[in-house]
Amino acid sequence: MSMDKPIVAQARGYLLSRARWSPFEIIFWIVAFASIFFLQSKHLILTEIAILGLFALSLDLILGYAGIVSLGHAAFFGFGAYVAGLLAKHGIIKEPVLAMLASGVAAMALGFVTSFLVLRGSDLTRLMVTLGVALVLREIANRLDITGGADGLQGIVMEPVLGHFAFDIFGKTAYVYSLVTLFILFLVARRIVNSPFGLSLRSVKGNPLRASAIGINVNIRLVAVYTIAAGYAGIAGALLTQATQFASLSVFDFERSADVMLILIIGGTGYLYGGLIGSVLFKLVQDYLANVNPQYWQFWLGLVLVMMIMFGRVYGAVMATIIYVACLALKLSFMQSIIITIIAVAVLGLMRPQILQITSRITERAKAALDGVKAKFRRSA
Amino acid sequence: MAPVLETKGLVKEFGGITATNDVSLTVQKGARHALIGPNGAGKTTIINLLTGVLRPTTGTILLEGRDITSLDPHKRVQLGIARTFQINQLFNDMTPLETIGLAVSERLELGGQWWRLVGSKSVVIEESVEILDRFHLADVMDHRTGDLPYGKQRLLEIALAIACKPNVLLLDEPAAGVPEAERHDILDAVAALPKDVTVMLIEHDMDIVFSFADRISVLVNGGLFVEGPPDEVARDPRVKAVYLGEEVVHG
Repeated sequence: MSMDKPIVAQARGYLLSRARWSPFEIIFWIVAFASIFFLQSKHLILTEIAILGLFALSLDLILGYAGIVSLGHAAFFGFGAYVAGLLAKHGIIKEPVLAMLASGVAAMALGFVTSFLVLRGSDLTRLMVTLGVALVLREIANRLDITGGADGLQGIVMEPVLGHFAFDIFGKTAYVYSLVTLFILFLVARRIVNSPFGLSLRSVKGNPLRASAIGINVNIRLVAVYTIAAGYAGIAGALLTQATQFASLSVFDFERSADVMLILIIGGTGYLYGGLIGSVLFKLVQDYLANVNPQYWQFWLGLVLVMMIMFGRVYGAVMATIIYVACLALKLSFMQSIIITIIAVAVLGLMRPQILQITSRITERAKAALDGVKAKFRRSA
Repeated sequence: MAPVLETKGLVKEFGGITATNDVSLTVQKGARHALIGPNGAGKTTIINLLTGVLRPTTGTILLEGRDITSLDPHKRVQLGIARTFQINQLFNDMTPLETIGLAVSERLELGGQWWRLVGSKSVVIEESVEILDRFHLADVMDHRTGDLPYGKQRLLEIALAIACKPNVLLLDEPAAGVPEAERHDILDAVAALPKDVTVMLIEHDMDIVFSFADRISVLVNGGLFVEGPPDEVARDPRVKAVYLGEEVVHG
């Protein structure tokens, strides 16, 4: 190493810097694990978030890193959920961690087999094929006796995790179990995307024609990542079954596939945290709106999405929040809210070029200010 | 000397159009072979057939005597055929360092490894830096490829093919769209290739063709029209006629 020319050392530094842990990441995980102790009353929803985050992480592996769009990712989630349920119900594998891993392997097998369907064709054909696979599986689970049909898999009793930690009614065990699983699988995913294999996936996503022209077997790489992602989704599904001791047909629902796609787009693709952050935001907003506004919460969720597409993630969310808060403060009825919101969106839409100019100026100032703070910090350090 | 690359009766039809019409080419090892012809003569189609992007309707392609007609593109690269594209085909969201590093690690069969970090193999880094340096890309190796000036992207386009260490290099208009001042960078890089690397060049600029090639094939309407050493081709009245845009008169 000491024999390196400076430029080689510099190049190594550039390459390795991508995999270095940033302060943001460290804080993210400290906060996540701190929630075990500080948010005890929220463990049920936190468990849902962790499971959804793992599911979104799985979609990010194929969409964000390999460019494969899917509207049927719930196929693997649901498959893992049912396998875990059947393993527990029939006492085949009693210990939850082993059962979860077995469910992941089963989902990987399904992912491997179905991956050949997504190799060819455009994004549109991929959307249709993935959607079709999920529909087929849902119908199979609906018709078979062993899966309990429309009633779902009932009578699942979970043994303690690793033989020691029994699932409790407050959901603490389930949350710690889900979070630790998410963290370990996140570490593996982080390793994968920063490896030569991960780099080759990015090249396949960026330009498959050129990737094959430098000797990369594009299809094998796509099969590999699809199989891995299916395993991740299957484990997420298994966690849901184990945490709720129940598996129903809803695990295969189209909404589940669509939601996870939305979550990933809200959080951003291709940097692994998008699905995790998206899950937190999605679940919290959904939970809050469903409490305040049980009938119409999806209207407000829709507003957030439209504004995000028009004005970017941050500014769009802020504007949607302002409109929502205004409607709430004025104590408008739902019909009045709809009318005001539609007018506001139309006006904002017409003024979009001017607004984008303003927001980009704000972003530049904020970046400059942040750089200033960083420089000051470095000087004093 | 045995030919390194050979095509026999190569035909490619798209619907009713014959893009490649019964082309039988022989390229000797270490040759500097130029493929010229008017627009639409089917030059790029031949490159696509040789690299496996397209499959011929009939005919065979031999690499060092081995039939590669039905091999996938990536397998042909592994056997030593690399190409550049007429219109840049790069990985815009990656850096030149990552791009070249990727090609080098794929060639060394390290590309499938998922447990190792990018940047942990010294052989890959050293070779990548050497290539980047040779193509005047070392100073921008950590920039986003999509943000580089066109001339630099063009150099990367060629460097990427070189990083595959080909025995046969197919260059599809390497200097296309490059400003005069930066052209010599690209031409020098091509001229500096080892003598045992076989190069096939598609080019419109006749100055480049005649200063580079030791053998020229002229394609017209998908078919091989004239082939020979540069001086012979230059003197051929039929070639002049084609380049002046006149109808070909068969005699």
